[in-house]
Amino acid sequence: MTFIERVSPWIIPALLAAIPLYGYARGVKVYEVFVQGAREGFDVGVRIIPYLVAVLAAVGAFKASGALDVLQTALGPYTAPLGLPPQVIPMALVRPLSGSGATGVMAGIFQTDGPDSYAGRLASVLMGSTETTFYVIAVYGGAVGLKQMRHAIAAGLVADAVGVIASVAICRALWG
Amino acid sequence: MTRRPGDLKLVFVNAVWVILLTISLLAGALSGKPAAVGEGALNAAGDAVKLAIGLVGVMSLWLGLMRVAEEAGLVKLLARAVRFVLAPLFREVPRDHPALSAIFMNISANAFGLGNAATPLGIKAMEELQTLNPQKERITNAQALFVAINTASVTLIPATVIALRVSAHSKNPAEIILPTLGATACALTAAIVTAKLLEKRT
Repeated sequence: MTFIERVSPWIIPALLAAIPLYGYARGVKVYEVFVQGAREGFDVGVRIIPYLVAVLAAVGAFKASGALDVLQTALGPYTAPLGLPPQVIPMALVRPLSGSGATGVMAGIFQTDGPDSYAGRLASVLMGSTETTFYVIAVYGGAVGLKQMRHAIAAGLVADAVGVIASVAICRALWG
Repeated sequence: MTRRPGDLKLVFVNAVWVILLTISLLAGALSGKPAAVGEGALNAAGDAVKLAIGLVGVMSLWLGLMRVAEEAGLVKLLARAVRFVLAPLFREVPRDHPALSAIFMNISANAFGLGNAATPLGIKAMEELQTLNPQKERITNAQALFVAINTASVTLIPATVIALRVSAHSKNPAEIILPTLGATACALTAAIVTAKLLEKRT
């Protein structure tokens, strides 16, 4: 806990200094290259807007209708002892199917519980440590025309399941 | 490979969305506050855009920085470190085969969060591995292992997550970096072990 609290504030400033410094030493035109790369940031923000609107509007309606409260009171007693708050369950289910969908669910949790709540932190770690498995398999398998994927799907789903379990275990140990 | 839109349009996501909206209407009707439900949806739609725009600054900063890292040769440097660890796992692939360097560059680009650079490298790796495949429609052990590693989301800094946390006014947006790395390491180990264990059985 204290280790993470001590190290995490240093990671971003250290990278911000170290990478341009290294690039500069290697003769990279750091400023121009940075600006070129930064241009893509706008696209990322704009690209996810429709997905965020779709998920957040539905979650907003769900929340305002009182259904979320009912669900949390019903499921909470069962899932909370496992370290998985009910509002995070949809994240774990949607993540292997749709990255943008999971991003929307995570943003919804940030709005309802805040990014620094246990649910917000767990959703963040889940998002970063699992992958849109079905998309990866479709793209890479499809790229070379594979039809029999054998154990690739099982391995990907086991990786996701272990990612979820490890995320919950780590978040519980740190912030539970 | 990182999040990009146009993911598989699977029935599941569509169904969940429709169910959420339908239950909201029904619950709103039961509790006698349909106006609140409508308002909730409309406000959330507005907030979604604010959230996405708030993310632009951090994403630009990060993608700019990562472009510098790429130009400075840091991706190649990491690829060399990755080779050292992962080469023994791809024993079916000859040591000097171009597939190996494509695999390690793909994993390194992913680690830096360079999704746009990682995907073409990954496809190249699959194509190179396909030249070693005797049955063209059946995935080889090396290809399955490579795909499995990609599904473990090996990322050093989860930039989109941090950007969204900043956008949602987190007090310490970066605190999730090390826990995420820990969970990713577990997922990666599981992917490799499962792929290796199952390759003899399928």
